Amino acid sequence: MKNSRRKFLKIAGATAAGLGLSTTAIKALESTTAEPPRAPDPHAAPAVDTIKMGKPVIDETAPVADVKKNPPPSKAKQWAMVVDTRQFKSSKDLEPVVNACNKIHNIPSLNKKHEIKWIWEEEYKHLFPSLETKFLAEEVKHRPFPALCNHCENPPCVRACPTQATFKRKDGIVLMDFHRCIGCRFCMAACPYGARSFNYVDPRPNIEEFNPQFPTRTKGVVEKCNFCAERLAKGQWPACVEASNGAITFGDLDDPDSDVRKVLKNNFSVRRNVSLGTEPSVYYII
Amino acid sequence: MLETIFKGSKSYWTLVTILAGLIAVGAIFYIKQLQVGLGITGMSRDVSWGFYIAQLTFLVGVAAGGVMLVLPYYLHNYKKFGKITILGEFLAIASIIMCLLFVMVDLGQPARALNLWLHPTLHSVLFWDSLVLFGYLFLNLLVGWTVLDCERNAVPPPKWIKPFIYLSIPFAFGIHTVTAFLYCGLPGRHFWLTAVLAPRFLASAFAAGPAFVIILCLILKKYTKFNAGKDAVQALSRIITYALLANIFLFLCEVFVAMYSQMPSHMVHLQYLFFGLHGHNALVPYMWAAMTMMAVAIFMLLVPSVRKNESYLAIACVLTFVGIWIDKGLGMITGGFVPNPLHQVTEYMPTFPELMISIGIYSIGGLILTFLFKMAVSVREEVSQDL
Repeated sequence: MKNSRRKFLKIAGATAAGLGLSTTAIKALESTTAEPPRAPDPHAAPAVDTIKMGKPVIDETAPVADVKKNPPPSKAKQWAMVVDTRQFKSSKDLEPVVNACNKIHNIPSLNKKHEIKWIWEEEYKHLFPSLETKFLAEEVKHRPFPALCNHCENPPCVRACPTQATFKRKDGIVLMDFHRCIGCRFCMAACPYGARSFNYVDPRPNIEEFNPQFPTRTKGVVEKCNFCAERLAKGQWPACVEASNGAITFGDLDDPDSDVRKVLKNNFSVRRNVSLGTEPSVYYII
Repeated sequence: MLETIFKGSKSYWTLVTILAGLIAVGAIFYIKQLQVGLGITGMSRDVSWGFYIAQLTFLVGVAAGGVMLVLPYYLHNYKKFGKITILGEFLAIASIIMCLLFVMVDLGQPARALNLWLHPTLHSVLFWDSLVLFGYLFLNLLVGWTVLDCERNAVPPPKWIKPFIYLSIPFAFGIHTVTAFLYCGLPGRHFWLTAVLAPRFLASAFAAGPAFVIILCLILKKYTKFNAGKDAVQALSRIITYALLANIFLFLCEVFVAMYSQMPSHMVHLQYLFFGLHGHNALVPYMWAAMTMMAVAIFMLLVPSVRKNESYLAIACVLTFVGIWIDKGLGMITGGFVPNPLHQVTEYMPTFPELMISIGIYSIGGLILTFLFKMAVSVREEVSQDL
């Protein structure tokens, strides 16, 4: 019994090693994408072949946009975000990202019960409770993970909202109309990602540095990350993307040539609690 | 008939004054809440619904419980409920008004409440809940008033009222089913994500509502000339017994599914409520108290000799009512939010202002109920004098 189990593990290990293909193999596979489309081969190796885990993949053939130089695409069918969490080594790396969002969106600083959070730091075990592993790699355990609204393709908050104050735009962004919201907080109960905050008190006196470019909110309304819809409209990248030094990629999930699709093609990624059928648009490379 | 509420004994006016005073205190705290925001309550980012919404849930049940008087009388022609059906209807009116007030005080922007109907959203359960609640309120006002007015004039109720009475029966089931659907259709809230939630809500409602009616009947019997009759009270007590058993049965079904499957996401909320989680155990004593009360009530109700003694029956009804109130009005809502979807524990306890506002609303309900019952009792006294 013991022997056969060991044998199995050996074979499994060898197979796994085989799956971790060399870079040449990956290159070869990618070159095929340049060819005219062919009928899909049902016996082709699954996409898992291109998966590489552990270190960042730098793929010269498909460079992602440099957010410092190029503006974001003007439109998309489904905006999405890919967070390369490997690039966040400590809270220090994530802090500028969170601060950029807080500052631009006039997020007040309040006590823990009443706090407003659009993007914030979480531990792996809280962000991915369904992907828990008993013995998580030490480095991942302490890695700071950014949590934010997933801009779900099938958002439960939009379904729950009785006034359409929260709604899904044609480009996939789930937005809030702060002026229509009645503050019933049904959306907060509906969101399975804890992405929504309620203004339990007037936020205005607690905004450290006021940004006149973005509206402040009144007490009694719900708010959350808006994928920087106001910046995209002006041809700017979302604030967190810009502040992330390349760790966060942003683009159209429906466009196979988009930056997000390029990054997803080459890296193993996960999403938060997919079993709920919400189809989150924020992907995490672990 | 309204004039009858202006003539009353000294004790009647004392009760009215006390309730008016409590309403005034509640109003002061509500003004404070309007100024500061819902931050004066115990609610938080993680527990975003608290005492107010829990009271809504419980009181929808009390309102729906009225159907346990209407249904036997009008569908099964159980004549002994003829005298008290009106009490069930009036209790439903007071309860629904309290429900609507609890929703109003829970809103962050109450001035925008009409957005609910200005932008009707068919995929939101809250929209449907508002429709059935207002529908049930309207039906009970119409039926209660018409039937009582006819009784006063010693004529049988008009024929056109019958369809409204029959309609009120599915509406009673509807209000509590839709209220359960507010919770049980939310992904990621596993405590509520159960098909048994609506049936369980109905079972507890059909115990709590009639239990309160019995308490009211016994109070009326003591302080007024209104006597519901022994048989009616006993029949109600049997309804409570079955409903309470069904409630506990459904709860144990929940416990079995969670505990036998051993799925952490299902077990964790029950663990929090009954044993505490990571040292957080604010609700543990309340939950055990609720379960004990309901268990004792079941035992008292099941033994015929105990049930038939009206003093013991009163105790059993109070235990039933309070037990269900704690279970639904405290544990049911908070339990679904703790722990949060990120498996973090933030506890909730209502604050003093929150409780005062709630007492204010209960006093409004109490005052409405007092006026309505005064009306019913006065009409009965009038009719009996005429005879």
